[in-house]
Amino acid sequence: MKNLSHLDRLEAEAIYIIREVAAECEKPVMLYSIGKDSSVLMHLALKAFYPEKPPFPFLHVDTTWKFREMISFRDETARKNGLDLLVYTNQEGVKQGINPFDHGSSYTDIMKTQALKQALARYGFTAAFGGARRDEEKSRAKERIFSFRNRDNAWNPKNQRPEMWKLYNTRIEKGESIRVFPISNWTEQDVWQYIRRENIEIVPLYYAAERPVIRRDGMLIMVDDDRLKLREGERIETRRIRFRTLGCYPLTGAMESDADTLDKIIAETESARVSERSARAIDHEAAGSMEKRKREGYF
Amino acid sequence: MAELEKYDRPLLKFITCGSVDDGKSTLIGNILYNSKLLYNDQIAALESESATGSCDGQLDYSLLLDGLLAEREQGITIDVAYRYFSTRKRSFIVADTPGHEEYTRNMAVGASFADLAVILADASKGVLPQTRRHARICSLMGIRHFVFAVNKMDLVDFDEIVFHGIEAQIANLARELALGDVAVIPLSAREGDNVIARSGRTPWYAGKALLEQLEETDTAGDLAEEGFYMPIQRVCRPNQFFRGFQGQIESGSVRVGDELSILPSQEKAHVREILSGFEQVQEARAGMPVTISLDREVDVSRGCVFSDGSDGVKATREITATILWTDDNRFSFGRDYLVKIGTCQIFAQVKALRYAIDVNTGEHLPVSELSKNEIAVCRISFIDSVAASRFARHRGLGEFILIDRLTNMTSCCGIVTALADDDGDHQASAEDLRQQLLKQRAAAFGFRESENSARLMEAVELKLLHEGRLVYQLPRKDLTDEACAQTLKNLLNAGVTVLLSGTERPPVNRWFQIESDNSQDAVREILARTSLTDSVQTGGEGI
Repeated sequence: MKNLSHLDRLEAEAIYIIREVAAECEKPVMLYSIGKDSSVLMHLALKAFYPEKPPFPFLHVDTTWKFREMISFRDETARKNGLDLLVYTNQEGVKQGINPFDHGSSYTDIMKTQALKQALARYGFTAAFGGARRDEEKSRAKERIFSFRNRDNAWNPKNQRPEMWKLYNTRIEKGESIRVFPISNWTEQDVWQYIRRENIEIVPLYYAAERPVIRRDGMLIMVDDDRLKLREGERIETRRIRFRTLGCYPLTGAMESDADTLDKIIAETESARVSERSARAIDHEAAGSMEKRKREGYF
Repeated sequence: MAELEKYDRPLLKFITCGSVDDGKSTLIGNILYNSKLLYNDQIAALESESATGSCDGQLDYSLLLDGLLAEREQGITIDVAYRYFSTRKRSFIVADTPGHEEYTRNMAVGASFADLAVILADASKGVLPQTRRHARICSLMGIRHFVFAVNKMDLVDFDEIVFHGIEAQIANLARELALGDVAVIPLSAREGDNVIARSGRTPWYAGKALLEQLEETDTAGDLAEEGFYMPIQRVCRPNQFFRGFQGQIESGSVRVGDELSILPSQEKAHVREILSGFEQVQEARAGMPVTISLDREVDVSRGCVFSDGSDGVKATREITATILWTDDNRFSFGRDYLVKIGTCQIFAQVKALRYAIDVNTGEHLPVSELSKNEIAVCRISFIDSVAASRFARHRGLGEFILIDRLTNMTSCCGIVTALADDDGDHQASAEDLRQQLLKQRAAAFGFRESENSARLMEAVELKLLHEGRLVYQLPRKDLTDEACAQTLKNLLNAGVTVLLSGTERPPVNRWFQIESDNSQDAVREILARTSLTDSVQTGGEGI
């Protein structure tokens, strides 16, 4: 038999972690953001427990500003795989009319960070899987696979629990919780290669197609519904675009691309000259902005 | 899929370590920057941050790795940073680890995951205590390949004699620690000599540049261990017809029909079916996550281990180990710990600290306690049988952590150096387990009645509780003789130390009359009689 490949090793590591959490943690949940990393994570969970279904629910924190195609993909995926999918929205924020246009960074806090905290508290989840990777951002590169949160959901980067070999210490006090990142050691390229090898379905927005966009703050923003109000001088044009990462549509920049197949996407990723998160508006605010958000409870 | 083959380069996980300011982060930054592995926005951020942050306007490569705010403020590395890059020959995960002694445990986290260690030494300073400490910890954590990077050669004018002097120090260290595969490279992380390519400024050096060394190190044989074994992570029961055991094969291979031995119970069964992901397979091997079902009903749960019965993996209740203390709280004998070894988590007790190892000299020092970042050799016993092996033979069952039961902190990591001789045939009884948990033998103590006796018993009860003994005053007066005897029996069975008034001997085995009126004497006697240590005589059983 041949030696295990690079992808085999990454897959084995992730499956090991997912099984450890299911075996040791009291009430785990898998966060599902509908993006490619989440799709990989869900696939790994299905594989880890087969022939059983994953012994935990999936949770989508819906800001109400996701691309419409993401929502239909989400519902279809949960149905097809027979998964227990929870959807949570911060209704308080909806009532107050919090939106990404008028509320800037407090939008992210209220509709994502606070919403996530509320959802975890409401269901009493003690461990939450996320699809974050260490190659995405510098403070992520410092985070352990098992990342502990105190009662206020805050991360303390200066005092992380040692994590030796694959002997994960999952013990927590009441009120504390763990964020677990099984694909910490994957790169963007690994994710795409794995999607191809395993034939994992992803939201069609990742593939290039003609779509209506405007130019705003140096980014191409797709006009996904009529809540996007045009500013002076902006006009809707049709361009051949795709997304390298998916989030809330008003905050996610598209790229012009012809990559309409997985092979073309992989080739494009390999020759990319800017990093993946450069298309996320919220990461640029200040040096250390991600770390600050995580200390406050952002995933 | 030619594309995939081109992509699927062998992976090397390595760490960079060494003393503070030896240039670890700079070295990695240099590799990333000069082998064109950075994205444009990362380069732009580096250039703008270097302009404001560094002293001379030169690119400060360490900014690429020191991602935490506190690190950038203080200009030091506090925790491990992981970076991912690949060249045409190989893909790499590098863990850049902190050099400060205070953060040694974070350095050990990086070492536990690596195949190879790049240990930096400053050419103008030579081998420092921290260099030796890191080499020792890397070796302890099981790293087999070492590259010593003698950095800052530009500061000593690329002097061959200086380099050979340090090379000799390193050769001594390698001999002392019995390091396997060792290379020594003269380089300058800041100026790039011998980092990506060989430098013209070291014509006297015939070896490889660092990146070549990393690309060409052969780690294929590192994982080979004898025999098959797999710790069970969980039992998979999708319906009443299927019962599979899920885990990752740590070594060897397994085929449908093979006979497996189950530890610690020593039961045997044959493999009926193997699932790898969604597929049924005939054979599976080391590194693969699988689901295995057996041909008959046996008692298997998380923490058990499947093995092919070969020597080495054994059920044991005691090990000798070398540990690295990682807790801010010092080690003390009174605390309760859990051991996690393989997938088994169970109560454990450190029985004896043999000696500490001086990380610089390797000298054995007598100790009675341990503080953060110290290495020691100790004996650890488990409350019940556990499958384990020597680290040198089977890593997956030879490495472990101890978790503080009260704080949940990972208090130490360690490797098994010896297993106690074991016939494997003594699963503990409930009574045995309770004794170990409570750290006491149950017994009842009678106090002579007098005007002082109530006060005396109260004082004794409190003192014993302070000592950590589970003790209870049974109010004899409120009970009929029969009820008293029954309650006393139940309390003793539950492992409790019981105090009661009166000299009349109740119908139980472990009853002792307290003669003294002095509370200290009484406490001393009770502690001795209820102690688990064998040296204390616990006679006096009657009836």
